[in-house]
Amino acid sequence: MEPLSNKRKVLVQKPLNFWERIYLPAIAKGLSITMSHFFRKPVTIQYPEQKREFSENFRGMHSLKRDEEGRERCTACGLCALSCPAEAISMIAAERKKGEENLYREEKYAAVYEINMLRCIFCGLCEEACPKEAIYLDGDIVPAEYLRKDFIYGKDKLVEAPLNQ
Amino acid sequence: MKVTIDGIPVEVEPGTTILNAARQIGGDIVPPAMCYYSKLKDSGGKCRTCLVKVSKGSEKDPRPMPKLVASCRTTVMDGMEVQNITSPEVIEARKGIVEILLLNHPLDCPVCDQAGECHLQDLAFEHGSAKTRYEFDRRTFEKIDIGDKIQLHMTRCILCYRCVFVADQITENRVHGILNRGDHSEISTYIQKAVDNDFSGNVIDVCPVGALTDKTFRFKNRVWFTKPVQAHCACDKCSGKVTLWYKGEEVIRVTARKDRNGEVEEFICNTCRFDRKKTSDWVIEGPAKIANTSVISANHYDFTPLPVIKTNLQLQQANENQFERDTRL
Repeated sequence: MEPLSNKRKVLVQKPLNFWERIYLPAIAKGLSITMSHFFRKPVTIQYPEQKREFSENFRGMHSLKRDEEGRERCTACGLCALSCPAEAISMIAAERKKGEENLYREEKYAAVYEINMLRCIFCGLCEEACPKEAIYLDGDIVPAEYLRKDFIYGKDKLVEAPLNQ
Repeated sequence: MKVTIDGIPVEVEPGTTILNAARQIGGDIVPPAMCYYSKLKDSGGKCRTCLVKVSKGSEKDPRPMPKLVASCRTTVMDGMEVQNITSPEVIEARKGIVEILLLNHPLDCPVCDQAGECHLQDLAFEHGSAKTRYEFDRRTFEKIDIGDKIQLHMTRCILCYRCVFVADQITENRVHGILNRGDHSEISTYIQKAVDNDFSGNVIDVCPVGALTDKTFRFKNRVWFTKPVQAHCACDKCSGKVTLWYKGEEVIRVTARKDRNGEVEEFICNTCRFDRKKTSDWVIEGPAKIANTSVISANHYDFTPLPVIKTNLQLQQANENQFERDTRL
């Protein structure tokens, strides 16, 4: 049928000449390209043994900070969970008891604090919402796991190590 | 009587206060009130947040009033003209009032259970500046336990006296009052006597800040993660009309219903408030209406989001420039 637009391009296949028909020059050329890559600097690195330098504003795994006296800063106000567009954060608050003043900064603290790393999109809004400067996305890339449940990070993985350790 | 508030005329009964006249109009021109409560006799005149400017006294005497007046305590005159948000003087004065109210307020909103439905928080957000000029320690009090149902945080109190009026008028015998005076004034139950009256729980609802909160709800959850549902029950002590606050399937808090001025519609009894926390105790009417400006309706995704760029020409131009730059790349 006659094409309506004249955009159709008719492909003309020329017959191969002698050198093209024996294929050997083409194979030699292809192999030389492959071989030349052996002597180049590899573009990949051996992650996780080697790591590239992150940019200064890289957002990785979350950490829950402690203050200068080693007390947990988080007061379970829920603003991080509210701001989270992926709804990855959940927490249960508890009241600080007598004698726990050296553990928690305010009278309320997060007894359970969970971040689902599969849901998290590392946007950093939790960091921005936090009124207590308690959460920062200053960690590494979240490591791979085999089970989905292992991606739900509790306080054991999120809270910063105490000062004197 | 005819009065004009911010250019909007309204007909009201003689003896109405300016605040109530403004509430009849509704909307942005209603002055905020931290201490006045229409259901409590003699309340008002303490916090000064409802200050307005009277630019014309009345038809007979059109002179303006010399100073800003508290609209909850000033009754209207025929032909009165009042300025609220149209007067920069009022906005400036209100900003000052907010700063003074916040002088001794601990600003522990991340800890406070009232956050999200706190009138002082809203007021400060709308009128206050982010920084305080106060350099001294905020006042502190010895903790007073006023029973196992109501939690008193004296540091958060702004001395609006609403709870005292509740104790005076709603409950039969007064177990709640103010001790000392001036800067040392504090809300207290006399001789740390437990508040055991049937209607004492209403002090939680009338408190504009988080000074009196529900101990059974203490630190259970944040207000904006709970879902308010209107419900009623056959109660022999009160009307039984309440708002249930759900988290999942669980009722974690019961409060009285609030009208559009943030005041309770009907006071409820302590049995309804503290003891009926099962869905089977209640007849559910439907979800409570929450303004979409409230944080309680946040993340519920049932509102039409505002367009990012409005009619601001400068923004539109900037957006076009940005678009051109991006497409060329």
